[in-house]
Amino acid sequence: MYQFHYERPKTLADAEALLGKADDPKILAGGQTLIPTLKQRLAMPSDVIDIGGIKELDFIRAEGDAIMIGAGTRHATVAQSADVQKHNPALAVLAGGIGDPAVRHMGTLGGSIANNDPAADYPAACLGLDAKIHTTKRLIEADEFFKGMFETALQDGEIIKEVTFPHPEKAAYMKFRNPASRYAMVGVFVSKGPWGVRVAVTGAGQNGVFRVSEMEEALAKSWSPDAVAGIKLPAKGLNADLHGTAEYRAHLITVMAKRAVAAAG
Amino acid sequence: MSVVSMTVNGKPASADVEARTLLVQFIRDELGLTGTHVGCDTSQCGACVVHVDGRAVKSCTMLAAQAEGAEVLTIEGLAKNGELHPVQAAFREHHGLQCGFCTPGMIMTAVDMIRRKPDLDEETVREELDGNICRCTGYHNIVKAILAASQEMR
Ligand SMILES: Cc1cc2nc3c(=O)[nH]c(=O)nc-3n(C[C@H](O)[C@H](O)[C@H](O)COP(=O)(O)OP(=O)(O)OC[C@H]3O[C@@H](n4cnc5c(N)ncnc54)[C@H](O)[C@@H]3O)c2cc1C
Ligand code: FES
Ligand code: FES
Repeated sequence: MYQFHYERPKTLADAEALLGKADDPKILAGGQTLIPTLKQRLAMPSDVIDIGGIKELDFIRAEGDAIMIGAGTRHATVAQSADVQKHNPALAVLAGGIGDPAVRHMGTLGGSIANNDPAADYPAACLGLDAKIHTTKRLIEADEFFKGMFETALQDGEIIKEVTFPHPEKAAYMKFRNPASRYAMVGVFVSKGPWGVRVAVTGAGQNGVFRVSEMEEALAKSWSPDAVAGIKLPAKGLNADLHGTAEYRAHLITVMAKRAVAAAG
Repeated sequence: MSVVSMTVNGKPASADVEARTLLVQFIRDELGLTGTHVGCDTSQCGACVVHVDGRAVKSCTMLAAQAEGAEVLTIEGLAKNGELHPVQAAFREHHGLQCGFCTPGMIMTAVDMIRRKPDLDEETVREELDGNICRCTGYHNIVKAILAASQEMR
């Protein structure tokens, strides 16, 4: 790891000020992505601003027809939350399936979506549930937030504060794990709610998470596994690596979509 | 350099360290508690698991500074008055280790798992061990030991 200057502000306002002053700062939340990256010397920030001590980022609040989750909320906290389990069980299951217990004790919602790993789980939930991402500067719709592999709409110094997840009528997430890394080879989040039907796919796209409009239209007409069984995505634009070809991932998308619709009931 | 202070196994611990010091380096190099191991550089093996404020975390994937003011428990802090912790005793009884390299992390993970899920079954244990790799045992006896300890501790 390269040397850096470290700060642990107690409030968002202090964190913003520190980010504004520093040369080339990096936000540290749970560190489950950033610290491995620093250890491999793949990043060399001048300053590491640790937002892990900011209490106002750590909350879960059910209000009206949505759940608000603070960006600093750990995966394990979301998985165990009675509010999330009640109003959005698919989201609780998704959070409880990220990495392993030790990773879930540290990793945060904000860190996961800011990182936008093409195989991460939370981006599929955000896109699949029409989530709203609140930052220190603005509100960003999930559809506008994920810009490509490890790329988001976030600007320098912009901190994610919370994510609003509207309650779905039906929703489920199914992932096919890579047997070695346990990240999603393909993960499909399906939902039905005031926004209509959404199908979001992670793990497969070369540009990260994406929606499948053909499946959404078919499910809007008839919500059943059979409605998506015949829809096959082209392999073009999908990831191919030593774990699987693009054709294999295309096939998995249909299989996981079917399973997700069945699980959502 | 700056001073980082925390409580480790019930005793106050501080050291003047660089910001980039990992919690595992603080524990091993500054405090000389070498029971916590480092088995990988990709945050995947779990040999380094300790408890921070009561929760199992990978001490290789956390800065010492992030644990400022925290209560840290390492494998050295489990036994009480010369008596092995029930999970340690179960690992010995059920031959849950061979070379022993993964064992501190396995045991710290197991203690955390039993705390969170007192009614463990085999499938849950295997799933909960997702972040701990053992090159020797094939896991069967580790799972057996954890199940036995969870029965014992009920
Ligand atoms: C062994 C292992 C297995 C894993 N398996 C999975 C898996 O199966 N599925 C999965 O989805 N993930 C997995 N992860 C990743 C894990 O979920 C991370 O916790 C997550 O991706 C990053 O969250 P973090 O809080 O740790 O962020 P950090 O590592 O602290 O930060 C990640 C990035 O986000 C930025 N950032 C953090 N918080 C904010 C914020 N509030 N506003 C703006 N930017 C911010 C940081 O600057 C950094 O660039 C795994 C990680 C490990 C180590
Ligand atoms: S040494 Fe920490 S996970 Fe391998
Ligand atoms: S006992 Fe040797 S690595 Fe587990």
